[in-house]
Amino acid sequence: MPGHFEPLPGGGAAVALDDVEISIIRSLAVQLLELIGPGPGGDAPADPLAELFAEGPSEPPADPVLRRLFPDAYSDPEKAPDSPAQAEERRAHSAEFRRYTENDLRAGKRENALAVIRSLDALAPVDEGGAVLKLTPEESRRWLNSLNDLRLAIGARLEITDEDDTELLYRLPDEDPRKPMVMAYLWLGGLQETLVSTLMP
Amino acid sequence: MVTVTSPAPVEIERTESAEEVFAVPEPDVPWVTIVHNDPVNLMSYVTYVFQTYFGYSKDKATKLMLDVHHKGRAVVSSGSREEMERDVQAMHGYGLWATLQQDRK
Repeated sequence: MPGHFEPLPGGGAAVALDDVEISIIRSLAVQLLELIGPGPGGDAPADPLAELFAEGPSEPPADPVLRRLFPDAYSDPEKAPDSPAQAEERRAHSAEFRRYTENDLRAGKRENALAVIRSLDALAPVDEGGAVLKLTPEESRRWLNSLNDLRLAIGARLEITDEDDTELLYRLPDEDPRKPMVMAYLWLGGLQETLVSTLMP
Repeated sequence: MVTVTSPAPVEIERTESAEEVFAVPEPDVPWVTIVHNDPVNLMSYVTYVFQTYFGYSKDKATKLMLDVHHKGRAVVSSGSREEMERDVQAMHGYGLWATLQQDRK
């Protein structure tokens, strides 16, 4: 069924995708990869050990998508700091957490996006265009994670910050420049919703 | 203010830099991981993450997810600071918006 993952007997999931859908997902995954970056060592690390111990950044990313993917760990969004000292404490702890985790988190999201691209590139086309994507349970988990990252990225670009924003997006007029991105966002939501249902423990 | 239980420092005058204030440990107060509401993450996905990562039952995972959705936040785990940093990192890996803090009543 188009736009819907279905469970495969024995584990895994399958979805029929047409050529346009394949190219949309692939293009979004490539954009996400470019945004996340090549990682601390670049393509050819001179010293793998140095890369292993390389510290990540201390400051939150400037890009709103990356700030959403890698949020501050010690900043309660609902409770402002009681004092300048507490604000400084939260900032310092968030910076330290970021130094030791952000490289790993970026690597994980990169691996998931790469898994999505690889499975799309391995698709065998069928006669009328498009293909049936079949995922192993492991690939399903990577896809699920990456579909979520893609939706978070689009959500940040569309500035969806509360439930009302989502309601408004459903009612955008066709001529609104955000319309294509909103359609992609909703469609990816359907894919993710049906994929998660195949993975529910 | 923070209570220091170790012997009093020899120096009479201490400069109250921010670093010293938050370097004082409070070992008796547990830390908690809090997941915050966000309109993008699907309710089913959040439940899936709570079941998969924490090993919670479907009922418990669903209740926590609904707390996040309706109250804006839920404490999803508690323990040492190191354990909570691991949980927060895992939540960020899944794309959930999580923070940690000491569970001051």
